[in-house]
Amino acid sequence: MTATAEPISRRRRQVLAAGAGLAAAVLVRPVAATPDELAAAIAAFAGGAPVRPGKVKLTVAALVDNGNTVPVTVSVESPMTPADHVAAIALFNERNPERDVARFKLTPRAGRASVSTRIRLATSQQLVAVAQLSDGTYWSQSAEVVVVLAACIEGES
Amino acid sequence: MARALIDVPKSPRRGEIIEIRTLIAHPMETGYRAGGDGRKLPRDIVRRFSCRYDGELVFSAEFFPAVAANPYCAFHTVATASGTLTFTWEGDNGFTQTEAVAITVT
Repeated sequence: MTATAEPISRRRRQVLAAGAGLAAAVLVRPVAATPDELAAAIAAFAGGAPVRPGKVKLTVAALVDNGNTVPVTVSVESPMTPADHVAAIALFNERNPERDVARFKLTPRAGRASVSTRIRLATSQQLVAVAQLSDGTYWSQSAEVVVVLAACIEGES
Repeated sequence: MARALIDVPKSPRRGEIIEIRTLIAHPMETGYRAGGDGRKLPRDIVRRFSCRYDGELVFSAEFFPAVAANPYCAFHTVATASGTLTFTWEGDNGFTQTEAVAITVT
């Protein structure tokens, strides 16, 4: 009895461990793993400069009821002085018809690098916010969003 | 003239970082949807938005079809002096609208 029970429980443990590993891999997917088109759009914005994760905070609901209007806030840690400020913020998506969502240009007179808007999402997908700092470095953060009601791309309603 | 809503703090202190919230009534037709006759509706969106503080550009934005209808945009600026904030929206089909709001810094 015990001889048969042990391999089963060991296999169960392996299955559980594999599941946890898969979940972790999905949750901490790096920017480098985004699909080609999205990566290309980000690279075009950065002009080939490396885009590192960090500094940027992308605030969006993980579960969106209505994809027609999704509130999004992008904020960047920055003193916003003439010597060290955020010059631009861009928002990209993975699976809308176009990769670009919006681009914002900031100046030291902004005081705080934080921008909010409302966007459309055609389906559940990944969002990436990229910030260009005045020293020429690029930083990003991505977020996975699940959309229940997709933005209407089929017809008038 | 589209209806525009602009929220600016009434009397901020000098040097205070204020949040400005703007919204303009616009359908933001994406150009990807089909109309009742099955033909694609042509794109009609607001492409650019800018905010000037006494003539100096403090913030600008470029919108794509993924921005929701009635584009909302909130951002920050430092209240440096009493003056005028000018907001400009520009878009397809010659859409352009400018709104001015006075700001009194104490």
